[in-house]
Amino acid sequence: MRRGITPLLWTLFSTGGTLAAFLFPVHLFLTGVAFPLGWLEPPSYEFALGLLRHPLTRLYFLVLIALPLFHWAHRFRYTLYDGLKIKHLTLLIVVFTYGAALAGSLAAAYTLFWCVP
Amino acid sequence: MSGPVRYTLHHPKWYRRPVSVWWWLESWRYAKFVLRELTSLAVAWFALLALWKVRAIATGPEAYAAFLTRLQSPFWVGVNAVALVFVLYHTVTWLNLAPKAMVVRVGGERVPDRVIQGMNYLLWAAVSAAALWVLERG
Repeated sequence: MRRGITPLLWTLFSTGGTLAAFLFPVHLFLTGVAFPLGWLEPPSYEFALGLLRHPLTRLYFLVLIALPLFHWAHRFRYTLYDGLKIKHLTLLIVVFTYGAALAGSLAAAYTLFWCVP
Repeated sequence: MSGPVRYTLHHPKWYRRPVSVWWWLESWRYAKFVLRELTSLAVAWFALLALWKVRAIATGPEAYAAFLTRLQSPFWVGVNAVALVFVLYHTVTWLNLAPKAMVVRVGGERVPDRVIQGMNYLLWAAVSAAALWVLERG
């Protein structure tokens, strides 16, 4: 990977990591544990859709999905290097990790800005 | 002694102690490091779960109801509970490192690490409470 793009990737890693650190626990707790187990009432469909129609909410979710994906890509890339000792597969790993993050981000942007009724 | 220096294509190989793929199980410090690195998988998982949820809401009321029902299965509750533990580990390690990432000075004095960490934890609590408040109004 060329040195020129490394600072950008690192910034995405650190911004995404900060967003995930502050916002993921509460959202994952609600969506994954508290709502399914009936501890708290999930938002009604009308309320959820109403929220999602607001441009700020869409922007919030786009950032909340895209940047942490790049955080994952960057960190997981080095996890693969160190954990599995496969640094010689750099190109393959780079394409897989950042490519997946980019695909997920594009899917999120498409869903948020073109699919919400 | 003088004469042209001759280089060969093959430089001598340094001796390297072979390291096992399981090197990180040798000590708790290494294991904690690898667990911290693996939190990225939980982070990616929740990003996809959020995308899944947004898609369900965009698709319609039936898809949203199906999404909520699907997540009630023991399998998904288990997956999400484990992911939550990893995400919390990410948060704690991330916030504890914050003073290393940003050095704040007030009047020439460096703000103590504990203060910066404390403010980050307060911000985390405030942001979580705000998200809870917004979502529980509906």
